Amino acid sequence: MPNFEHPEYPEATLLHLESMVPCRETQVSSLLSIFGERQHFSFPSIFIYGHTSSGKTYVMQTLLETLELPHVFVNCVECFTSRLLLEEILTQLQSLSSENKHGSHVPCDTFNDFVRLFKQEIITQDLQNQTVYIVLDKAEQLREMEANVLPGFLRLQEMTDRNVTVIFLSEIVWELFRPNTGCLEPFTLYFPDYSIGHLQKILSHYHPPEYSADFYAAYINILLGVFYTVCRDLKELRHLAALNFTKYCEPVVRGEANERDTRRLWKNIESHLKKAMQTVYLREISSSQWEKIQQDDGEPGHLKGLSAHAHVELPYYSKFLLIAAYLASYNPARTDKRFFLKHHGKIKKTNFLKKHEKTSNHLLGPKPFPLDRLLAILYSIVDNKVAPTANIFSQITSLVTLQLLTLVGHDDQLDGPKYKCTVSLDFIRAIARTVNFDIIKYLYDFL
Amino acid sequence: MSKRKSKETSSVNGECISQVQRILRERFCHQCPNGKLFGVQLQYKHLLELLKRTTIHGESNSALIIGPRGSGKTMLLNHVLKELMEAKQVRENLMQVHLNGLLQTNDKIALKEITRQLQMENVVGDKVFGSFAENLAFLLEALKKGDRDSSCPVLFILDEFDLFVHHKNQTLLYNLFDISQSAQTPVTVIGLTCRQDILELLEKRVKSRFSHRQIYLMNSFDFKQYLRIFKEQLYLPAEFLYKPFTQKWNKNVQSLSEDRTVQDVLQNHFHCSKDLRSLHMLLMLALSSITVSHPFMTGSDLLEASKSCRMDSKANIVHGLSVLEICLIIAMKHLNDVYEGEPFNFQMVYNEFQKFIQRKAHSMYNFEKPVVMKAFEHLLQLELIKPIEGLCVRAQREYLLMKLLLDNNQIMDALQVYPNCPTDVKQWATSSLSWL
Repeated sequence: MPNFEHPEYPEATLLHLESMVPCRETQVSSLLSIFGERQHFSFPSIFIYGHTSSGKTYVMQTLLETLELPHVFVNCVECFTSRLLLEEILTQLQSLSSENKHGSHVPCDTFNDFVRLFKQEIITQDLQNQTVYIVLDKAEQLREMEANVLPGFLRLQEMTDRNVTVIFLSEIVWELFRPNTGCLEPFTLYFPDYSIGHLQKILSHYHPPEYSADFYAAYINILLGVFYTVCRDLKELRHLAALNFTKYCEPVVRGEANERDTRRLWKNIESHLKKAMQTVYLREISSSQWEKIQQDDGEPGHLKGLSAHAHVELPYYSKFLLIAAYLASYNPARTDKRFFLKHHGKIKKTNFLKKHEKTSNHLLGPKPFPLDRLLAILYSIVDNKVAPTANIFSQITSLVTLQLLTLVGHDDQLDGPKYKCTVSLDFIRAIARTVNFDIIKYLYDFL
Repeated sequence: MSKRKSKETSSVNGECISQVQRILRERFCHQCPNGKLFGVQLQYKHLLELLKRTTIHGESNSALIIGPRGSGKTMLLNHVLKELMEAKQVRENLMQVHLNGLLQTNDKIALKEITRQLQMENVVGDKVFGSFAENLAFLLEALKKGDRDSSCPVLFILDEFDLFVHHKNQTLLYNLFDISQSAQTPVTVIGLTCRQDILELLEKRVKSRFSHRQIYLMNSFDFKQYLRIFKEQLYLPAEFLYKPFTQKWNKNVQSLSEDRTVQDVLQNHFHCSKDLRSLHMLLMLALSSITVSHPFMTGSDLLEASKSCRMDSKANIVHGLSVLEICLIIAMKHLNDVYEGEPFNFQMVYNEFQKFIQRKAHSMYNFEKPVVMKAFEHLLQLELIKPIEGLCVRAQREYLLMKLLLDNNQIMDALQVYPNCPTDVKQWATSSLSWL
């Protein structure tokens, strides 16, 4: 007995539909009741919002295709200008009639032409007594197009005087879409996120046939236990599940454990999943590299993502230049005297030590500094005498090319170039360690 | 025997329900001109008089219909036009040109559309005109048919009038109003707009040619009238085929309007927005639950519809975030409380999060910085936080200043309903900073 009841559609179709949309039955039944029968009018525009991979596109497509309702499906990221969008809709509309599977290209410049051509198409195709659905996926891109596109689509039913409903699918809430002078408000429908039970049910659906459903369900349980607090995106979880399953099955394949030995399976997979979170989840290494490493049975400890590379091999003076740049960025200029002069005299304690936690420079980001200050600090931290040769200056430029320093402001400044240091604290500490320089002693924030 | 009879009644019901749905859906979604008007009798008379003077007596005029969105401007105009077209003389002579600010985004397109609607494409042919004014004058001159010595009256209807004001030099408006003041052809220009300050947007020369006749539609009905409108909108018309069903339906509507819950629902709705369009949305939603097994609307249908119309969408989005993202939002809330709403960057939020992990968290694993960064960027993608100056390439991503687009009440409400929220996270959210 299907959950969906509709006078218009046969029971078999509805049963088939229900099997294709697990955990989304409520939303599909509300959509079915809103659509009504084929020739009935429905809301002029419907706005469906929900998180990534909460099934909006999939459910919409499945529903419209299974019930064979005349529809046009357009992705607004593909058709990113209004002209591409309007032409795509008209082309798909042409191909709705059965003789002409591939519509010929219809040129359409403006929304005015679109309305006119749309009215013509509906008449020629005999679609007058059925609701035509236009689905715009990734509708947040519509805000970037001309200002009349979004309000125009909201009112399409009124402007063309035809039975058409426009459906917007988006992640972003409607309040951020609304134009300034108002518009025809669409009906907003929320697609709730999947609960952990739903996720388990859907992910267990994809189990490979060689293993039992229970075995796979236990694996999904472990996976969700590690990743659920971080990520609820169904697509990401499915990707991770597919990548790590072979590693999970290894003890069973090698004969060390049977399917029910959960503790051993868990011990095997746990560190592996944690490594996955730092690398594959962040897309720091590709999934093919990940699979290769699993096959080679390499130690997970050797695996490092891109951002974990702690240091770059730099020449001696470049390292000191970088350290000097870091100090110049993160220490305020008035404190240079205290750090870099041998005899800095008495400094008023109160003025100096007053720091608010918020203004800690490590929270606010690096500040720009002039070239002279950089060289001054460099001379004071390097032991032997450094001459300001072209060598030094070219090393500064190569640091800029490596994007360890950034040039701030225009190229030709009257006062000389200003730079900013863009490396993290861990990076600079690693570098300072290689030259035996204790950088923490020289940082104002760690006084 | 009884089985056959019940089958007949159920099939009658199925067809009957389908017809009910058809009629009511057309009324709510498509605003057919057969519906009734409410509370705008004065404005209706005014507009009808105006248009009669143009079409029958040959006077030129201009007027603006001003009212907030959904107050019934287009519906009023359509009703007036329908009554006007009942006179044979008007039907044969009057030419209508419907322009819309959303469709005709500049004057060239507008002129082509006017030519098309007056069906003058053949007459104009390939002629090239010097200016807009010449073109328009030619079109109106050509409207004189054969032996008539006077032109047919033309009615220009400009929807979304406030968008025409932004065209270059307001050429179209200037010419239309100019013709309505000076030319021999009886021309009436009616503009519909939702902006009350529309007159300030008009240029001086355009404003002086406008007759300053304004018709206001201000949704000026009180709750008792609103209840009456609710009833009228739900009544089935007397011509409906299935007479016994019509009686039962209308009686049900009457009893609904006297029901306490329904009145509360309508009262809430009335306080939020008075206009008829939102009432139509509510009724349409309630209507969609009418089936053969549930043929009469109940108070709970309306209650359900009202709830789904008034959900807080941001709270729904927060409901679907992962625990790490919720922790970041709570960290941002604390930063906002301490520093009174000043913008923050990722480094500050991460710092707060670290403080929580080190001191209070038992259930949260200490995630690596890039993982936290990915969660932060997900929040950015959902537009729950927004950078202050737009994303610039030069600054590092961790130090870009942002602000949070949720306020404290929304966050606390969302946390109450968040599924499986770890208790230490909840406690962190409600704690003041005295433990810092």
